[in-house]
Formats: sequence, C-alpha cells, structure tokens
Amino acid sequence: MWAMIVKEFRQLRRDRRTLAMMIVMPILLLVVLGYAASFDVSSIPVAISGPQASVAGRMLPHPFDIVSSEPGNGRAWAQDQLRDGRAVMAVVTGAARPVVLIDGSQLFAARAALAALAGLGRGPAPPGAPAAAAPGAGGTAGAPGGGGPGLAAPRVTILYNPKLTTSDIMIPGLAGVVLVFIGTIITSLGVVRERQSGTLEQLAVMPLRPRDVFLGKIVPYFAVAAVDLAIVLAVGIVIFGVPFRGSAAVFALGALLFLFVTLGIGVLISSISQNQGQAIHLAVMTLLPQVLLSGLIFPLASIAAGVRWLAYFLPLTYFNEISRGVMLRAEPIGALWQPFAFLALLGAVVVTLATMRFRAYLAPAQAGRRRRRPASQGRVGDGGPQQPVLAVPGPGEGA
Amino acid sequence: MTGRAAESGDRGMTSQTGGSAGGPGAGADRGDWGAWDVSVWHEKTLALDGVSLCARPGQVAAVVGGDGAGKTTLLRCLAGALAPGSGQVRSPGARRIGFLPTGSGTYPDLTVSENLAFRAAAYGLSPGAARERADSYLGRAGLAAVRDRLAGQLSGGMRQKLGVIAAMLHRPDLLILDEPTTGVDPVSRSDLWWLVARAAAGGAAVVFATSYLDEAERAATALFLDGGRGLAAGTPEEIMAATPGSLRRVSARPEGEAGKRAWRRGGQWRVWDPPGQAQAVPADEVISPDLQDAVTIAALARELELAGGAS
Repeated sequence: MWAMIVKEFRQLRRDRRTLAMMIVMPILLLVVLGYAASFDVSSIPVAISGPQASVAGRMLPHPFDIVSSEPGNGRAWAQDQLRDGRAVMAVVTGAARPVVLIDGSQLFAARAALAALAGLGRGPAPPGAPAAAAPGAGGTAGAPGGGGPGLAAPRVTILYNPKLTTSDIMIPGLAGVVLVFIGTIITSLGVVRERQSGTLEQLAVMPLRPRDVFLGKIVPYFAVAAVDLAIVLAVGIVIFGVPFRGSAAVFALGALLFLFVTLGIGVLISSISQNQGQAIHLAVMTLLPQVLLSGLIFPLASIAAGVRWLAYFLPLTYFNEISRGVMLRAEPIGALWQPFAFLALLGAVVVTLATMRFRAYLAPAQAGRRRRRPASQGRVGDGGPQQPVLAVPGPGEGA
Repeated sequence: MTGRAAESGDRGMTSQTGGSAGGPGAGADRGDWGAWDVSVWHEKTLALDGVSLCARPGQVAAVVGGDGAGKTTLLRCLAGALAPGSGQVRSPGARRIGFLPTGSGTYPDLTVSENLAFRAAAYGLSPGAARERADSYLGRAGLAAVRDRLAGQLSGGMRQKLGVIAAMLHRPDLLILDEPTTGVDPVSRSDLWWLVARAAAGGAAVVFATSYLDEAERAATALFLDGGRGLAAGTPEEIMAATPGSLRRVSARPEGEAGKRAWRRGGQWRVWDPPGQAQAVPADEVISPDLQDAVTIAALARELELAGGAS
C-alpha cells in the first residue's frame, strides 16, 4: 500500500495544474459562492403610471425603488415594464383603487414585494405566511389594509407566475443547467482524448483548418444537445405545467446561441487541458459558478456586488433571462436584445480563443517558424548555399 | 517562402529557416522531397543537428537509429508538424502528405472502415475511390475480415497496418511512416512492407523510421542517426563502400588500444583499424564490412573522434 501511496503522490506532484486547482479553486469558489448565496432582496424596482404616480411614489418607501414614473401612461405601459424586466412591481394609478402588478417570474423579489406591501398594509401577506390570503386563480387579491393618505387600498395582481410556483421559474433555467452539465463536460474531453490517443498529431498534418476542427468537434454535440433541450422543455411543460407563452423562434435562437457558447467553452477547456482529469476538473469549476451566480437560484440583485460582475461573463445568466423572459413573460426579441448581444459576444470570444488554441496545436510548424523567422531567407533554386544532399560523414573524413 | 502552409495545393512547398541553412545539393532533383541541414531544438536540447535526407518519388528511404536518435523529430519536420530551427524542408502540401505518427494515429473507438472513411473524407476522396482502395489494401494486409471491428480491439500489428493504409489511402506524394514495424510480428511486418512497396510503386516518396537494420537494407537509401546527428547516409552499398580503414574478424578481443575499436558479433569479434593504423594481420582475418559493420564503424569513429577532440 505504501508503494501505491508514494506513487500517487509523485504523480500528483507532477500534475501541478491539478494540484493547484485542488488547493486554490475550492478557496476561490467558497469565497465567491459565499458572497453569492443570498436570497435577501434589498431593493425592489418599481414603475408607476397614471395621474397619481407621484403620490404613489411617495407612499412606497425602501425597499421599493422607483425606477420610472410616467403619469401619462397607463396599465399597458406598466405591464410592459414588468414584461421587459425593467421593474419587478408596477403601480397603476388613476382608477378608484390603484392596481399593483407584480412580476411573479422574479420569485424572490415578488415575495419580498408582497411582504413589503403587507408591511405597509397595502397588499396580501406573502404566500405561505400565516396571514396570507392566497392570490386567486387570476393572481389577484384585494388589499386587506386600508388605503393610505391620498390613495385607496390597491388591488394586487401577480403576473406571469400567479401562484409563485418555484418550478415555473426554475425549469426554464434548469434546462440550461442540464445542457451546461452535459455539453461542457462532454466537449471538454474532445481534444484531450485526441491528444491522449495520439491522434492529435495526425490531425495536425491533415488538411484541416482550425475552425474545421473546432466546428467538427461541436456540431455533433450541438445536434444532440438541441434534441436534449427540446426533451427537457417538453418534460417541464407536460409534467410540471410550466407555461410557454412567448415565441418559440426567439427561444430557439437564444438556445442555439447558448448551446454554441456552452459547447465552445467545453472545447476551449479541452484545448487548454493536458489530460482528461484536468479537463473535467476545469469543466466542473465553470459549472458551479454558472449554477450559483447566474440568477438561477439566487436573484442577481441579491448577490454581493463584488462577485455579481462574474455573472455577466456566464452564458447561463443570459439564457436564464431569455428562457424566463420568453416562456413566462412572452418577452419579444426587442426587449431581449441585451442577453442576445452578450451571448453572441461570449460566443465570439470563445470561438476566437478556441480557434487560436487549435491553431497552436494544428499548425505548430507555422507557429514555430514565426518565432524563428530569420533576417534573411532563401528558397530552393534561389542560389542559396548548397550542401551535399546526402552527406556521408565517414570517420577520418570528419563529420 | 517560409513555412509549409497547412492548406496548400499539390505543388511542393519549401521552408527554410536559420541563417546558415543549406539547400538541396547536386544529387537532389526538383521532384525530390526532403530536409537539408535541418536543426531542431527541443527547449535547450539540440534534437537534430544539421541533418539532411532526400526522399525521391518511387523510392523508399529509411531513417534508422536507436531511441532518442532524432528519427521522429526529423519525420515530424518533413510532415510539417514541427518547424526546424534552421535548415530547409521541402515537402508537398498537406493534402499530398501521408503521415503515420508514432502509434497508429487511428481512433480506437472507430471501426477499421470508419477510420478509413474519416481519412478519405478529410482528404477529399470520393467514397467510391476510397472504398475501392480500402478494399484492395485491407484485403492484401489481411484486415478484410476485421473491417467492422473497433481499431482499439485490433492487435498491435493490425493497428499499425491500419495506420499505414490510412496514411496511404489518398495516394500521397510523400508517405512518412514513423516506426510502422516496431513491435510487429514477422507476418505483419511482411504485410507492412508490401504496403510500403505498393506506395512507392505508385510513385510516392516513402520515408520510414525504423530501429531494424534489415529494413534499412531493403530501402533504396538509408540515413543513420545517432544523438541527433547524421552518422551515415546513402544507399546501403554507398554506406558500406564509404567505410574508412579496414575491418578484421578475430576470435578474441584484442588487448590494449585496439580493444576500444572492437565489438562482439556472434561468437567472434570485429576490430576496426582506422586509416593509417592498418595492422599486419593474416589475410583471412580481413573482411568486407556489411551494413551493420559500416554503421558500427561510423559510430565508433565518431566516438573516437569526439574522445580525441576532448583530449
């Protein structure tokens, strides 16, 4: 046994990258994820419309954060603010009783809004709380409290996820998580497998361009993952009753971009890994932050600002926005341009980096020659110095 | 032109690097491929030191040497997988090179047929032509019955034969094989040699690395490498004829300084006497060197020369 232990230690010592990942990454992950792990909603963005918008605005203290106030607009505008993710709560004034609209697809923020309204005496208690009056089928409940100065008690309507069902908001994002797990890990093995089976050198001398190899590695998994995504969504819709209210085409476009980035990250990981163990290790290291920082579990707004910026480098963050936006809120593509643009940007970066890595692997002769390009060069027939084609350095004749 | 482009046409490409690079000499024709005065550094180690090799269409050139001699490095330079630090490499475009790296270069989780189909598609062969050639080669190499077997389940010799067939399937102008026969049984070696001869007969310049001297004797030309330097090169006859000094066969190792120039072969000893140091020996002791003797003498001469230089 001792011999085995010593051997393993020696091997581990030589695999410095794995050793570093084993020691450094857990610390980094704990710190990063520790700051991320928060369900607390400290700020609830609110949009207010109608003639009494300014009055209503004054009646909504912290944690409500008035992000827009449009006395000239009505319910349609307010609802658009929620649909497009610009606010979690909207107040529509002008009628005898103001209407409060809450975006149920932002589960934690919606619950916080309900709790805060209840605290003001202007809305139902959050679902599950003892005083809660469960929202009706339409997601509408009358406010139990009396109206404040200047405004009657509002009618509260929860949109997009009226029952505040967890599965409704989780499954659109979970579909992305499943694909990240499958896609990134499988593709992360692609290049190291070639390297370990000795076929990478064969590829290097074959008439294949780096992008051919990159796309060739991705496309098969892309097709499988697309089918996988369709199945996961079908299961979510049929078994869990998750609604799909938006455009299938917009969703498909977002999913394709997301898949491309996710699989590309896997190939990139593979191209910088020296063995399959390192590749899987790295892949998992990219998965955990995606699950915990992308807004899937913890609301982005709840994540400490010091680590929240990391979320904006993660494709799942944008897929979450697209999938929840399309499936639950029927967001049009115009309202989703930002996640689409960032996914496309991430895709471009990943493809560029992976192609550069492939170029280094597949055209080492060119790379080496660039490094060593001399000041003066010649070619056959240019009258350069001539040498015997087959020198036979015999002993005594000098080598 | 510097650098053999990864994507190039059928015309040959020439790369030259290094300030003191030589070019193909008088013996090289325009249609010859090869490496001239090539040096390669691996980190700070000089892996190849001014080595030259000419590969002629229709001929087989052997690169012979022990472990670490520089065979693989030279072949990788020829194949375009490695840039020489200095010297000149002339090789056809990537589409016209066939390369068998160390190992078979085949995918263990693909069947024999699937491996060949991948290679054919990558080189732009039509499915019909690829199938026809594959059938012919597989049949002759004794692999027809295992065409649906995973390459990873083939024996070592079978896998090497598959690797060579895959490398020559597109009928390259330059076929580069890195130790195709190492660890292969005699029957499979014979099959491999048939494949090599077939490629050469088809007009390819074949360069193969080997540790076996008998294979060097079967090649049109051979380049012997030792510690990254060329030890001897030419046809086997040229190499033998170029042996300096004289060789004698004795029954016991000689005493004194001559003992440093002696080696055992079979049950007897060979003693090499450098030019100017010929001994008065019985005529029946003097023998003509064969290829093995010639190479041994070349190595010995270099060793003594280095020792002399050091002292």
